[in-house]
Amino acid sequence: MKNLFCVGLSHHTATVETRERFVGHAAVDRKLREEAGCTEALLLTTCNRVEVYAAAEVPVSTECIVRCLLASGMTPAEDETEVFYRHEAQQCVQHLFRVASGLDSMVIGETEILGQAKKAYAAARESGAAGPYLHRLFQRAFRVAKQVRTRTDITRGAVSVGSVAVDLAEQIFGNFETRKVLLLGAGEASERTARALAKRGVRDIRVTNRSAERAESLAALICGRAVAMQDWETHCREVDILISSTAAATPIVTRENLAPLLHDRLDRPLFIIDIAVPRDVAPDVNEMEGVFLYDIDSLQSIAQQSLALRREQVAAGEEIIAGHVDDFSGWFVSTRERMRRAAELPEASLRASES
Amino acid sequence: MDRTLLIISTLFFFLAMVRTAVAIKARTYHAVGFNFFAIALGFVFQTAFLSVRGHALGRCPLTNLFEVFVFLAWSVSLIYLLIGSAYRLSLMGAFTAPLVFGLQAFALLAPIDRPHPMPVAPAPWLELHASVSLIAYGAFALACVAGLMYLLQERQLKTRQLHSMFYHFPPLTDLFAAITRLLWLGFVLLTVGIAAGFFTGQPLPYVKVAWSLGVWIFYAAILLARHLGTTAPRRIAALCVVAFSAALTLLWGITFLSSTHTL
Repeated sequence: MKNLFCVGLSHHTATVETRERFVGHAAVDRKLREEAGCTEALLLTTCNRVEVYAAAEVPVSTECIVRCLLASGMTPAEDETEVFYRHEAQQCVQHLFRVASGLDSMVIGETEILGQAKKAYAAARESGAAGPYLHRLFQRAFRVAKQVRTRTDITRGAVSVGSVAVDLAEQIFGNFETRKVLLLGAGEASERTARALAKRGVRDIRVTNRSAERAESLAALICGRAVAMQDWETHCREVDILISSTAAATPIVTRENLAPLLHDRLDRPLFIIDIAVPRDVAPDVNEMEGVFLYDIDSLQSIAQQSLALRREQVAAGEEIIAGHVDDFSGWFVSTRERMRRAAELPEASLRASES
Repeated sequence: MDRTLLIISTLFFFLAMVRTAVAIKARTYHAVGFNFFAIALGFVFQTAFLSVRGHALGRCPLTNLFEVFVFLAWSVSLIYLLIGSAYRLSLMGAFTAPLVFGLQAFALLAPIDRPHPMPVAPAPWLELHASVSLIAYGAFALACVAGLMYLLQERQLKTRQLHSMFYHFPPLTDLFAAITRLLWLGFVLLTVGIAAGFFTGQPLPYVKVAWSLGVWIFYAAILLARHLGTTAPRRIAALCVVAFSAALTLLWGITFLSSTHTL
């Protein structure tokens, strides 16, 4: 009788060294079908997980799957199979739906896993390793993942400092095309943020640095333009986003020098991202009208808040998944029963004709 | 019969309000069209109510305070449905539904649905004056809603405490642009409404004229401050909330106190 199961390891159960040993090889598909006896098999590998989803008529042991995953000539270490988990039937379905929805990921809600699952499924279809059961299972998993993403806040909020800064800028300004950015200091962190902003559509990026040469080279890298350090205040009047990351020991941007710059731009907000340690911008600048100041600590704190928010959304995601698991399991059981009866029918009629 | 239509309409707004409140509390709020559809259905029943009432009266149904509040609630829904789609539907609806519900619940529960002592003859200029002025109020109500959203979002950005709703807000600058457009829409309509009031051929009710001009001057001052660039967007948003609250209170006061007032 056809059974559906999943055998795998992930960041929850195995170290990166162990995961590396089982990333799979070209012949996995063939070995799973020919040596292990699976009728359908699909290998999902990412940097955090290696999983085999399979359907089989006969029982297939975990050890057998583990051996198939290892390249020829390799043998599993003594306790290595213990890091593998196994999910059968309904649990297998639930596990895949959780994985595809990002609920089982290291960073909850990340969406990269869905693309990786789609790629794995496409490869299995192409090689003929995925049959009707896995086809139906993965199609449903993609649908579930989409629903979880759109019906919950599981993917909301950035979880890294750079992306938090870009998300906040988007929440303040919406469209970036007409926005102007000034980089005060050409550090690596501000370069990353500027690159992310450029990727989202910012066209006007100005770079200033104590070393004009460094400013020039960074400006060239991000399609911006270098401006003289002593002119930063003039540019500050025009820009919408100020990213600061100099090595100055005391704050460069203070209420006193910012107030006259903001006087005639009261209706335009100024978003200041201060990535420098020690800080380049005096903290009381945040109290100024129309100024939103975020330093490294506040950006990190938001990243943590977003992660906490995503964790809160897991329950809502599980609820959506539960409905689909029941539905899929119903389909699986009835299809398996129908196929079993269809297989028994010729045998019964054969026996009847013999008697 | 007509009150039943209004009760059904109020229930739709109540439904939108409760669903949003539950979702916010459970931190599972997500932008779907539920609020939009609930408000659209509520609007259909509001329109049916006003139509039935209008046919019964043989004129625009603005003969007592009850009808004034329902017409105002209808105007708010109308403006929301017309412009809401431009500003992330669902969240704008989450703020609009409680306002409309409040207006209609007050109209239904307060003893203000008293028939006018004498049949009120149709008067096109008076009806134009009253209805256009109330639609202007609908735009100001939405400016107030957008102002509230602006203040909430600005506060979260300043304090760096981002609620799960934060990422559902429209961008701050877009919200400010919406406030400006709504203020202009309301201001132009109010100007037309007030001007129409001078052509009614009836003696001018001085208290009402003073009140209307007061509201007009208040909104003119807000728009002036907005375009001079001397007032921070946060203050403009706060002024929108204050102005609409004051105008609504005055509307109620003036209409309630003026026993001869028929709009």
